[in-house]
Amino acid sequence: MGKFFAVVLTLIALASAYPIVTHMYVQPVDISTHGHAIDEQLSDTMAEAGFAFLGAQLLLAFFVWRFSNRKNGSKVKHLPGGAKLMVATAFIFVGTEVLALGVLGQKAWAEVYFTAPKQDALQIQSQAGQFAFYFRYPGADGKFAPLHPDKIDEGNGNYFGLDLANDVEARDDIVTAELAIPVNREIHLLMHAKDVGHSFYVRELRIQQDFVPGLDLSVHFTATKTGKYEIVCTQLCGLGHYNMKAYLNVLSQDDFDKWLKEKASEQ
Amino acid sequence: MEEAVVQPAHVHAPPEGFIRKHIFSLDHKVIGKQYYGLALVAVFMGMALSWLMRFHLVWPTTKVPGLDLLSSTGAPGGVITPEYYLSLLTMHGTLMVFFVLTNAPFAGFGNYFLPIQIGAEDMAFPRFNMMSFWVTFVAFLVLVLAFVIPDGPPISGWTAYAPLSAVGKDAGPGLAWGQSLWAISIAIFCVGQLLGSLNFIATTLDLRTKGMTFMRMPICTWAWFITSAIGLLAFAVLLPACLLLLLDRMAGTSFFIPSGLVISDRLQNHAGGSPLLWQHLFWFFGHPEVYIAILPAVGIVSHVLITNMRKPLLSAKVIIYSMMSIGFLSWMVWGHHMFVSGMNPTSSLLFSFPTLTITIPATIITLIWLGSLYGANLQINAASLFALGFVSMFVSGGVSGFFLAQPSIDIYLHATYFVVGHFHMVMGVAAIFGILSGTYFWFPKMSGRMMNESLGKLHFWITFVGTYCIFMPFHYLGMAGNVRRYSSFVNDFMAPLMPVHKFISIAAFVTGGAQFIFLFNLIYSRFRGKQAPENPWNATSLEWSIPSPPPWDNFGGKHPVIYHDPYQYGVKGSKGDFVMQDSPEQV
Amino acid sequence: MRTKGVFLAGVAILAAATMTTAVPNGGTVSGKVTYEGTPAKQKPIDMSKEPSCAKQHATPLTTETVVTGPNNALENVVVYISAGAPDDSTPPSQPAKFTQKGCQYLPHVLAFEVNQALEIANEDQTSHNIHPLPKTNREWNKSQPPGTPPLSEKYDKPEFIPVKCNIHPWMHGNFAVLKNSHYAVTQGEGSFTLPNLPPGKYTIIAWHESYGDQTQEVTISGNETKTVNFVFKAKPY
Repeated sequence: MGKFFAVVLTLIALASAYPIVTHMYVQPVDISTHGHAIDEQLSDTMAEAGFAFLGAQLLLAFFVWRFSNRKNGSKVKHLPGGAKLMVATAFIFVGTEVLALGVLGQKAWAEVYFTAPKQDALQIQSQAGQFAFYFRYPGADGKFAPLHPDKIDEGNGNYFGLDLANDVEARDDIVTAELAIPVNREIHLLMHAKDVGHSFYVRELRIQQDFVPGLDLSVHFTATKTGKYEIVCTQLCGLGHYNMKAYLNVLSQDDFDKWLKEKASEQ
Repeated sequence: MEEAVVQPAHVHAPPEGFIRKHIFSLDHKVIGKQYYGLALVAVFMGMALSWLMRFHLVWPTTKVPGLDLLSSTGAPGGVITPEYYLSLLTMHGTLMVFFVLTNAPFAGFGNYFLPIQIGAEDMAFPRFNMMSFWVTFVAFLVLVLAFVIPDGPPISGWTAYAPLSAVGKDAGPGLAWGQSLWAISIAIFCVGQLLGSLNFIATTLDLRTKGMTFMRMPICTWAWFITSAIGLLAFAVLLPACLLLLLDRMAGTSFFIPSGLVISDRLQNHAGGSPLLWQHLFWFFGHPEVYIAILPAVGIVSHVLITNMRKPLLSAKVIIYSMMSIGFLSWMVWGHHMFVSGMNPTSSLLFSFPTLTITIPATIITLIWLGSLYGANLQINAASLFALGFVSMFVSGGVSGFFLAQPSIDIYLHATYFVVGHFHMVMGVAAIFGILSGTYFWFPKMSGRMMNESLGKLHFWITFVGTYCIFMPFHYLGMAGNVRRYSSFVNDFMAPLMPVHKFISIAAFVTGGAQFIFLFNLIYSRFRGKQAPENPWNATSLEWSIPSPPPWDNFGGKHPVIYHDPYQYGVKGSKGDFVMQDSPEQV
Repeated sequence: MRTKGVFLAGVAILAAATMTTAVPNGGTVSGKVTYEGTPAKQKPIDMSKEPSCAKQHATPLTTETVVTGPNNALENVVVYISAGAPDDSTPPSQPAKFTQKGCQYLPHVLAFEVNQALEIANEDQTSHNIHPLPKTNREWNKSQPPGTPPLSEKYDKPEFIPVKCNIHPWMHGNFAVLKNSHYAVTQGEGSFTLPNLPPGKYTIIAWHESYGDQTQEVTISGNETKTVNFVFKAKPY
């Protein structure tokens, strides 16, 4: 039965590697300026992990094949090099791998988190609340009016809690259910949580960031391809979590201007 | 502290009466079996919940017959609602992590075998020990109560992130009494674990018999000892965290809730709290907790492998030091659960380094196992198959951790099925394989009867292939961006992934069904199994030097004297191919 | 003897008169509800997060907090008798029906009686989570997956209850739980009729979800029709 174990394990290891090697399930096309570094990190890690995975599983299979069901009277023997060799291999192999990926990975992380948004980035505020995303554009005055949670009235379409009666600068704010952005323009997305924790995830943008109630967080990114992409919530936020999404609509600058004008007229 | 003080002949009188012998027992062996039994109930409950979840994901509008009797609001007409799915998910995680993976390998087998393996008559504090089980049992009852209250169990996951878990019923069904019962249950559970950990530590330090130096303790004893040290510190943080959560929910405090939250059209009356504080407290416990779940299995598997290889490991000391390093490093990595949580991104980078570094001792342990197989005289039986399966699973689960340890990759993979695949492989499969290996190995000692080998092997094959079929595809789903904790997949990009989900669900039902083979084997063998000899595996550690099952005082009032470490297999010049720890035979 | 018989008959007639609240060929109160001023703009609803609902509306729906008709008519106003008529001791046997269709609540304002059966149906392909927000009645919220049978509920106290869907934030409706059957909800022209009223003095209230309520008194002496109109002040914000 030891040999059977070896065969089954080998088949399992190869079958597991197959979808990865043949790229059956991969990330969608990257539409961001920073995503390339993340994708490279991911494929480097996949190569090293794949090597470690296959190496270990096949070695396990081989040893079980070779050293089980042995003839009576077979003597046990020890691997030359012993424990010292194993420890050295682990330190050298894993140590360098770890350091390399850890150090190299800093760059990809830094591009997202340690660079400030450009001065002329387009500021858009996003609000996550059970169970939808809404977005606010500052309008003609270029300013976001203050938010008043006690003024939130969803039946009236006042998702953010704007005080239209008293805050004149609120009257030009543009509230939408869709995040439309111009292509190739840096976006500075301000993130506000209305009720509980949520998260903003767009696969194609290689962006994921939690909304934290009470914290002013933001991300910045530039989209390089037009199209419609799904924004999904990835932080468990209640019963409607599975259905909490919105669309990121990357438009040409002209189309974006037209869209914004149309939305402004609907306010 | 190399040699223990010689103890008097008996530390307590023999138990009398049914209650003292089987219910409120001071005997560590009975307590160990009670923990194991509780874990068995919890694991079947947890599995049933996972079957309901897997069924709903693939057939969301199909009725589950009879489910509306259990919960008429959760499953009207037998169709699982979004909130009921989340409450199944929450209870599945809570039952499995706490009542199965902390109970069985550590409190279950550890309680039974640690005193015996060090040559002691019982634990240092038998009364604390009894209390620790019954406190854990009460925690279980409180948790299960959440199923029968009208509003149902909580829906915030086993991680119970605030403010969702802290604000109460406005945030959703199950978040009123359901969530409070959860927090009370876990707080009680912490108390039970603290009592247990204290016992393990004191017993290991003080009650080792003559000649039982630290380095002569079996690897699994070391694993339980290290685990109990981790547990003492980790549960000591979870307990106040749960109490603070309860205060926010019931006493109007705002540890975790900031101001200005509007939920269900109501402005919440809280101010000043931090949701991230909950995450830090929880994961400061939560990460060491997963090592509490895996280290005993590492110890058990090492023990079973050595016995079945008929040779020692390349170095037991290296395994022990590696386990200690894992235990030490486990305190420094909790932030890797929080890379994109909104905490300072520099912290994320800082946390990634110890996380990646833990790979080193984990690799050392794996390479020692692999290297030791070279030249072995490997015996194949149900126990050794599950131990070998563990090695395979440990590699698979560990390798996927490598991706998640890097913050830049975590941006893409966080909260996807990749994470779910990773932790299920290490906890949901590997740790369980450790428990199963230990069961097949120690059942003869605990019950005096052998389990059925053929059924054991059948159980192994279906489970081994089945769990790979279930959890390996989770990684592919994650690579495609399939988000976790969704009760249905209504998103555009998830529709093409449904065939994978169908495959997984069917594999889950088949693999789950195979666990009934194990249950049948366990129960049948308990009453009708072949009589077990004292040492059916020709093993060297002290539990194999006493009758199967052991008498109430383990060593019959004698104190064994130890001459060797427990790795004297394949020894040249010995009469058999092994020498027991208490044998004066010189080798 | 004879006086006793007359006396008993008189008691019986009085009893009968007070037990029935609706008198065929009784009096009627009718009128119109209108607004003056500029009401707040009703915004179009973007349902893109729920494509199965979005495609049911060729032109997007608008919010319904102020729905107006021709000639300044105000719709969705509940006009009812709050005093002067006895409470219904048994509610009507027909259930009041509330439907979720195209991610909209139909009707926007549902008026029904205390302890009357309320039946909520989901005709959409998505789950809804219906969450009425009462202040005095018992609060509940329930999910309704598509294809599951209608929910059945009732309220035992009179109250105006806002209703929301937890999953679709734009969905808003109202329950008007009333004590008797003398009520009407204004539609297109803003008109209402409250028929079958026995003689007496009545207090009529007109309630609007955004503009609050207004009260008027009216006396019915026989089977005449009295006109009562309500005018609400609209605000742009």
